[in-house]
Amino acid sequence: MQQAAFNVDVRYPASGCAVLDIQGDMTGAAEPALSAAYAGIDSGAVKTVILNFDALDYMNSSGIGLLVTILVRVNGNNQQLLATGLNDHYQEIFEVTRLSDAIRIFPSEADAIAAA
Amino acid sequence: MSDEKQQPARTPRDSGNWAPRAESLQVSAAPAGARNINVAGRQVSGPVQGFGQLWQKTYRVALEGAELEPAVVLADWQANFNDFLPASERFHLPEEGLNPGNVALIDTDIANVPLVSTGVMVLYRDEESFAFMTPEGHPESGWITFSVSPHADGYVVAQIQSLARAADPLYEFGFRIFGSRMQEGIWSHMLTQLAGHYDLTVPVSVERQQVDSKMQWNRAGNIRQNAQIRTTLHTMTTPVRWVRSRIGR
Repeated sequence: MQQAAFNVDVRYPASGCAVLDIQGDMTGAAEPALSAAYAGIDSGAVKTVILNFDALDYMNSSGIGLLVTILVRVNGNNQQLLATGLNDHYQEIFEVTRLSDAIRIFPSEADAIAAA
Repeated sequence: MSDEKQQPARTPRDSGNWAPRAESLQVSAAPAGARNINVAGRQVSGPVQGFGQLWQKTYRVALEGAELEPAVVLADWQANFNDFLPASERFHLPEEGLNPGNVALIDTDIANVPLVSTGVMVLYRDEESFAFMTPEGHPESGWITFSVSPHADGYVVAQIQSLARAADPLYEFGFRIFGSRMQEGIWSHMLTQLAGHYDLTVPVSVERQQVDSKMQWNRAGNIRQNAQIRTTLHTMTTPVRWVRSRIGR
């Protein structure tokens, strides 16, 4: 299967908030980049991590596993993990895997920041 | 008015690979011989909902020495899934196949005594992998992915990767005493059998990564759904059900 590149950028749109812009294919191969992006966030200053899936192209079961490992690290740092930019399909996957029990989903980045 | 045309919603490439949303698991037609308990009506339960420490375990076998295509290996794996398991494990695969959303029933016996009856839901499937997710009451809470991929050196690698917690305190205790070793034995056996299917004798590697050392005590109540306890009660009350069925005739 042909894979599109995975990329993740980090932004700080508001005080105490970091946004991870996820782009491309989220598979097991995305682990080093995602892990490094999260590791670069100052866990003392950032209390809310927002995953922006606006440019997500594809996700498999290994990819959703990466979100679990990020969730564990976020919880361990007393931060909260929010998600935005999920289309209906990926929102359904969050519900099927019951990740939505632990990661609140917002229709827009502004809504997520307001709830942070 | 803007000249911009609204872009039509893209169909995700993984559309159709994932199980659809469902309130609870349904068992359409239980295969003959399956105990079919502890699954129907249950919700699936992932790493978030479990109790114990979170582990990612990766089992790999390099199928070196045979010219194989990943898609062929995956198809063989699915077709012989039950045969590749140890004799104590019986997977009753759905007649409709391993399609996302379908349920497989599992019966585990020790010395012909029922130990635990549970199942799994097919969470995901594509041309390189398939994944199962556990229901409430299953010893583990999480998912397990079976995949086949080409290696740069020309051979094929088969992999099993689980991401799961013990579902409740009793299971966590059991995993620490013997369950973890038993589980690793099951999946190592499966990969050894898969390699043997191609007349290969190759070692299986196991990587263990503790993702979360904490236990989720707010999930201790999962023990109410414990499939092992319920399977034992089901076995003990078999004579009662037999008498009731005779009276009811």
